[in-house]
Amino acid sequence: MSSEKLNKPEIKVPPELQNQVAVTTLDKIYNWSRSNSLWPMMFGLACCAIEMIMTAASRFDFSRFGMEVMRPSPRQADVMIVSGTVTKKMVPQIVRLFNQMGEPKYVLAMGACASGGGPFKEGYNVISGIDKYLPVDVYIPGCPPTPQALIHGLIVLQKKIESEKLAEAEWYKKDFYEEIPVPVLGPDLMDPRKYGVFQELKMKGNLENPVEELAKGEEA
Amino acid sequence: MGINGIVKGLGITLQHFFETYLVDIKYKGKRYGTPEGLEDRKSFDTKGIFTVKYPEEKLDVPEAFRYIPFLVYDETETGEKDIRCTSCGICAKVCPPQCIWITRSVNPETGKPVPKPAKFFIDVDICMNCGLCAEYCPFEAIRMDHDYEIANIDRYAHHIYDLDKLLKPASYYAQIRPKQSAEDDEVRRERDAKKAGAKLAR
Amino acid sequence: MMEEVTLVSQIPAFDTLFPEKVMVDSRKGFGGFIIERDFFLDFVKEIRKTWGYDFLSSITGVDYFPDSMEVVYHFYRSLGGGALVVKVQTSRDCPWVPSIAGIYQGAEFQEREAWDLLGIKFEGHPDLRRILMWEGFEGFPLRKDWKEAYFEEEGKPYGSRWPDGVAEHSEDKNPFGDNVKYPDNFDPEKWVPAGEEALYLSLHKPEQANDLETEAIIVNLGPQHPSTHGVFRMAALVEGETIVDLQPAFGYLHRNHEKIGERNTYLQNMPFTDRLDYISSMSNNFAYALAVEKLMGVKPPERAEYIRVIMAELTRISSHFMSTGFLLNDLGAFFTPALYALKERELILDIFEAVSGSRMMCNYFRFGGVVNDLPEGIFEKIKDLAYERLPKKIDELDAFLTDNEIVRSRCIGIGTLTAEQAINMSVSGPILRASGVPYDVRRADPYSVYDRFDFRVPVLYHGDIYDRYLIRIEEMRESAKIIQQAISQMPEGPIFEGRAQYQVKVPAGEAYGRVEGPKGELGFYLVSNGQANPWRYHVRAPSFINLTSLKPMSLNQKVADVIAILGSIDIVLGEVDR
Repeated sequence: MSSEKLNKPEIKVPPELQNQVAVTTLDKIYNWSRSNSLWPMMFGLACCAIEMIMTAASRFDFSRFGMEVMRPSPRQADVMIVSGTVTKKMVPQIVRLFNQMGEPKYVLAMGACASGGGPFKEGYNVISGIDKYLPVDVYIPGCPPTPQALIHGLIVLQKKIESEKLAEAEWYKKDFYEEIPVPVLGPDLMDPRKYGVFQELKMKGNLENPVEELAKGEEA
Repeated sequence: MGINGIVKGLGITLQHFFETYLVDIKYKGKRYGTPEGLEDRKSFDTKGIFTVKYPEEKLDVPEAFRYIPFLVYDETETGEKDIRCTSCGICAKVCPPQCIWITRSVNPETGKPVPKPAKFFIDVDICMNCGLCAEYCPFEAIRMDHDYEIANIDRYAHHIYDLDKLLKPASYYAQIRPKQSAEDDEVRRERDAKKAGAKLAR
Repeated sequence: MMEEVTLVSQIPAFDTLFPEKVMVDSRKGFGGFIIERDFFLDFVKEIRKTWGYDFLSSITGVDYFPDSMEVVYHFYRSLGGGALVVKVQTSRDCPWVPSIAGIYQGAEFQEREAWDLLGIKFEGHPDLRRILMWEGFEGFPLRKDWKEAYFEEEGKPYGSRWPDGVAEHSEDKNPFGDNVKYPDNFDPEKWVPAGEEALYLSLHKPEQANDLETEAIIVNLGPQHPSTHGVFRMAALVEGETIVDLQPAFGYLHRNHEKIGERNTYLQNMPFTDRLDYISSMSNNFAYALAVEKLMGVKPPERAEYIRVIMAELTRISSHFMSTGFLLNDLGAFFTPALYALKERELILDIFEAVSGSRMMCNYFRFGGVVNDLPEGIFEKIKDLAYERLPKKIDELDAFLTDNEIVRSRCIGIGTLTAEQAINMSVSGPILRASGVPYDVRRADPYSVYDRFDFRVPVLYHGDIYDRYLIRIEEMRESAKIIQQAISQMPEGPIFEGRAQYQVKVPAGEAYGRVEGPKGELGFYLVSNGQANPWRYHVRAPSFINLTSLKPMSLNQKVADVIAILGSIDIVLGEVDR
């Protein structure tokens, strides 16, 4: 982002000082510095991970956007690129990793599988999209998205970050503590946030066929 | 343990390093942002910097590239959209993850099916870009698009493509896939000629 | 071309040798022998000792609902030849079969998988736990009467898509918002998760050699770790830095390929096979196309066969480039060799994109040929690559890495696997050849037109990480040679046999089609009952079975060496977990 874009348009900077002086807002500087140094977490699950690696390789270099530092540790990463199918066995670890990332953090669902289950949606071990557990910022469809599509998605994420307002930032508020409860692997995956639904269905006595129960409820 | 192997390896790295400068000098500053420079970076004897600077320089996708499907319509003189799809349902049957939903139009008076789609949905969060729908469509109606810049912030609002979003003109189709579009036009001409001939015979 | 039948490919008439206990499988379209369950262990010992069938390739469980269950074994001789197919049948309630994991170590993981997905108990197995699903999961998913929560119909195409299809998200139909269902008696308040106890208890420390009391701790490597092989986890019992015991744990990418495969039609399975070994998709397509063509009795035309071979060999080169680059990554050379290797892979992917439409998920092969012919200009590009660029770049990578003292000191002598161990563990691919066994499916049991090309099968004898790296470099050179010969021999002509149809007619029967993929022997076992959807669809994944060798190779090595050993086995999680 050049100094013209940083500069607030109402204030006229004399031409000889334009490369040295910009009068801007705190929001813009904050967002500019954050969006141009997003560190992705090395989190490749499946085939989309290979396209992510090819994006990091020399042809579609994403270190031009400041993202070259791919950290495996969640404490040091800013954006979690969920690339690949999210399976029930893996979800507890994904949620734990997300909880361990430091604010501000973003999630990018790369590929059809992470966005909405993808072609494997009907599988008994597959989650229909990571947004069932984590708040996703950008979705990139494709199977797999080509590196250019991934970079386009990252640019959309950058634009989203640049439109955020510092005054509304949640992580600076007092009492901000938001941790997503880690799901548990039982006879099937258990999301602790859905205990209410569970109790309801159990009272009706129809746990084996929840789909029928919902259909009956709709007709009623 | 000597260091000869390490030095040889470092020599190769240094050679790559100097090549990046030598190739840039050879092209006299025209290697980036120009079509010849892009060609050089795609050719089989490419040396030097290999990077294609998206979004300023975009690598062209080949004609066969497939991403999300789209429906083709022919533009008539009156400006109406002549949708090629007859809602035969073959694409919905052949789609491996079953991400295509079609509702066939029904003539309200007779109750008989009309060969046009009333509703057509593709769930892009399930589509695996396999191209089987485009391969087996008997009416050249559904084809694979080249547009890959479709990332979004909200998927529930945008990622189920309905008929309006899927329809694109045949001129766009000819632009992205010239060879296949010409073949399709040939097939359609032959079919129309045969139909006209059969009608005359009757 | 093999004119006369030699001894290796002759299958002895076991039904006359063991008259009551062994029968020929006489169902239409099926082959092989059915063995009495009680006689099975003796039979296996006999064929191994006397008849030379020392390579167990694949174990598949099949659910013939509602009559019986069957376990199908494919044995090969390490000298070459075709398969000996052997089946053992059992009833559907309380199914059990004797385990051969004591005789063939390569059976260990495959028997655990049959237990996990079908519920067939293997008596005598040393550690029968679930392998792909987690402990505590309810039910055996691959059984025909087990339906998932999103179940719509037994086989595709689903009636809800046409002629009155309105798009909906499947999760909206389930009150839990996902593909989950629970047993009726489940009470989350009272239930205790099974956890990881079974995995950790299976790690044993050998007896104390000296009288110094040492403590060993359990360290989990994975499932999220920077070595980019994917979501793979190893539970290691370490004493200091030395590995005392190691158990791999996978299933983190289990995408239910086989269950989805049973719901798909034969054609619809083709794009799903791309996603198995996602780095070399053309190779997977090839194996599946071979299996279905065996069932259908179709042979593709000449030009299609040559195009298939060129694509398969280009895939092999690109996969080996990637594997070498990432082995060096694991050794610590952060990204430079990987970047050089990935540059060549990008040029090969350009060809795949122009030919099939997608860089990685090619979906290019069909039953009877390939989808479309090579577009204009691609033939010259392949020629330039095969004659000019690839041999030079392979030599450059060789000069860059082979004599490097750090690579040599970290790779030579580490992670050795002897030839007997390798054959016993059903290991295949470059690992087998680096241990001294010259077995390559393209030579042992030729498929397609590979018998027309002149190429060596490289073999090395130390069986350590360095040899596996050298084997891959040599194989890349041989692949470039094969491509050169194929280019010069390729005829003009049609590329597809018959008419393109989306409803493929497959007669009833079984077939096992295998190819020499870059990671090893990739096989597809299909059982058809004449319907549009396969009855049983099983993938013999090379990476899954090669992982049997991880534990013996890593004992008494350091933790850093285990990462390098895993890099040299070259696994792809899409295949391991399917």
